[in-house]
Amino acid sequence: MNTEILGVIFIFLLSLLLAWPLGKYMVKVFKGERVWTDFMGPLEKLIFKIAGANPDQSLNWKENMKALIVINIGFFILAFLFLALQSLHPFWNPNGFGNWEPTLAFNTAVSFTTNTNLQHYSGESGASYYTQLLVFCWLQFVSAGTGIAACALLFQGLKNKASEGLGNFFNLLVKSCTRILLPLSIILAIILMVNGTPTNFEGLQEVETLEGGTQLVAAGPAAPMVAIKQLGTNGGGFFGPNSTHPFENPNYLTNIAENVAILLIPMALVFAFGFYTGRKKLALLFIGVMSVLFVAFVAVSISQEMNGNPEFTKLGLSDPTNLEGKELRFGAAASSLWGVSTTATSNGSVNSMHDSHTPLSGGIFLLDMFINAIYGGVGVGFINFFVFVIVAVFIAGLMIGRTPEFMGKKIEAREVKIAALIIILHPFLILTGTAISSYLAATDQSLASEWIHNPGYHGLSEMLYEFTSSSANNGSGFEGLGDDTPFWNIMNGIVMLLGRFLPIIGPLAIIGSLAIKKRVPESAGSLQLETPAFAAVLISVILIVAALAFFPVMALGPIAEFFSF
Amino acid sequence: MIRQSITFIIISLVIFGVLYPMTIWGIGKLMPNASNGKPIIINGQLRGFENIAQEFSSENYFWSRPSAVEYDASSTGGSNYGPSNEVFLQEVSDRIESILQSHPGKTKAEIPIDMVTASGSGLDPFISLESALFQSERISSARSLDNDQLKQLILDHKEAALLGLFGPKDLVNVLKLNMALDNISPSLTNN
Repeated sequence: MNTEILGVIFIFLLSLLLAWPLGKYMVKVFKGERVWTDFMGPLEKLIFKIAGANPDQSLNWKENMKALIVINIGFFILAFLFLALQSLHPFWNPNGFGNWEPTLAFNTAVSFTTNTNLQHYSGESGASYYTQLLVFCWLQFVSAGTGIAACALLFQGLKNKASEGLGNFFNLLVKSCTRILLPLSIILAIILMVNGTPTNFEGLQEVETLEGGTQLVAAGPAAPMVAIKQLGTNGGGFFGPNSTHPFENPNYLTNIAENVAILLIPMALVFAFGFYTGRKKLALLFIGVMSVLFVAFVAVSISQEMNGNPEFTKLGLSDPTNLEGKELRFGAAASSLWGVSTTATSNGSVNSMHDSHTPLSGGIFLLDMFINAIYGGVGVGFINFFVFVIVAVFIAGLMIGRTPEFMGKKIEAREVKIAALIIILHPFLILTGTAISSYLAATDQSLASEWIHNPGYHGLSEMLYEFTSSSANNGSGFEGLGDDTPFWNIMNGIVMLLGRFLPIIGPLAIIGSLAIKKRVPESAGSLQLETPAFAAVLISVILIVAALAFFPVMALGPIAEFFSF
Repeated sequence: MIRQSITFIIISLVIFGVLYPMTIWGIGKLMPNASNGKPIIINGQLRGFENIAQEFSSENYFWSRPSAVEYDASSTGGSNYGPSNEVFLQEVSDRIESILQSHPGKTKAEIPIDMVTASGSGLDPFISLESALFQSERISSARSLDNDQLKQLILDHKEAALLGLFGPKDLVNVLKLNMALDNISPSLTNN
């Protein structure tokens, strides 16, 4: 069998295989059971002591949300100040980078706080090592920890018999960072470093090339940052082109490790749901539904990239494989797998240039982000999926005339209203943003030429992708778009904020109301969730919601481009 | 709540922004070659990095894949051209013409696709085996080398898939190949 395809299958299966034990481990961490990372205990105790927090105090959803929001405001303020005043850092700035323009600093501070990591800057030519580590590396941990902690609150809410305590956000945040993200990052960083990802503090190094020319090479403390950006579904690369850069991703082995790292925690959280609530079969059904969509999307993307660009054949070339924007050491197949992994999970790192993918492959990436719940971002992915489940349960209940229930809790008007609003929010943010930017670009030729890199249908896709990526807190881009302008910086910043916090607050409000409801004993009248029929309903709901809202704009962008060949 | 937030921000900043990267940096000291990005140092002079492509434009060397950033490793990136962009297709077409000119006797259909498409990073260290073989006649005549000897050198530098199982196979690291080339025919090096 083709080794490229074999590699892709291996990466996918390895991710699933490792996610199972990790899910089990994470549940132990959430529940405070004994684990091998107990040696972090004294450090955590110190944090709780200085913070004056009682980690065992279980709070209701509102108190937990307040804690989440206050701390995230703190993250944002500090990040903004560090970026806007970069030139004042006394050390770790060998290339002497200056202060950031305020709208770019706003966009980037929001971007890293919201776990989006949309990058309107280029790492090697704008960020000092201080910024890379004390802003970006740091935020990639704590923003991922925020998502994981929120997800753990949701698990507890589903488990509650009739009590409002969801656990302690602060406790979960600390432990997600110290016991889940940190150990995994250290392992991955070492794997990367052994294979040639730099970890040094040299500035630009001057190479005398074989032909006698001069090449300036940027390096820096890349390995630790690349590790967390992969594991925390962050995606904020050290260098501009992210994991296409040979320093960030030196060979196929590191590509396997990094791609597994994208999928690992999102997959593990689905298993964790099963272990936490004791509904393992339901967790398997969820992971099955996600995987069906995932594998189908990967297959489409790979076949499109391997069939390649028909224009190449017209130019007289015999092999049309679409290698523009791709690295040979990964090849077309692993580039597509990565593309689907990174957009499905809201990671946003790339190992090929998404702008240069064939139309339908790029369209698949958009679809992934429209759904934003196939495995999904660490923590928030499962939360998004939960919203789809609520809607599916409601619809299935209506279809067969039974009371909609989820895990023994009645789903009533309040829950369905919130779920529907959260589901509508995503297309609303994306389509409104794209409509405004398209209108501006259509009425002002100078804006169009400043923003849009590729004319025609593809230009619309570039703008659509940018808003989709912002709202989905993904962070990848059709990077041809000239996005470092006040318009994009501010618009994307606002969309990222709304797209991050409302989809956390809404579902937790649902959980807050479910948690206090009495459990209804299962009867013959209850809707059975662990059945192929419910899986089919769930897949249909996911696809119909995404297709209905986004089909028109997809038809004008990627699909129109596809048919124009 | 404020106290809790400030405490966490300060302590996490120290752990994840300083201690964690410094720990990795410290471990990196045990493997100075890898943790510096695998530099190639000859006679005390930094001549390149194993995984970073250099620009080769002379007849005497194997050429790297096209780079949208002119192999500038301080500001990297891809072209970001969409597949139907006319500017992009014109660029590919120009590359085809210039390749045909410098490789007389070859046809369009023989040109490997990686020779006319720009990589994502602009620094792809590899070319395909086909691309190396395609270029071999140009180099053997420029260096007055036996073409079979050169082909053998290329085959010696062919890299297999990971464990022979996973990922692309038959790639050639251009920089390593060109250095080996200088070793067997040193008269043409620039210094």
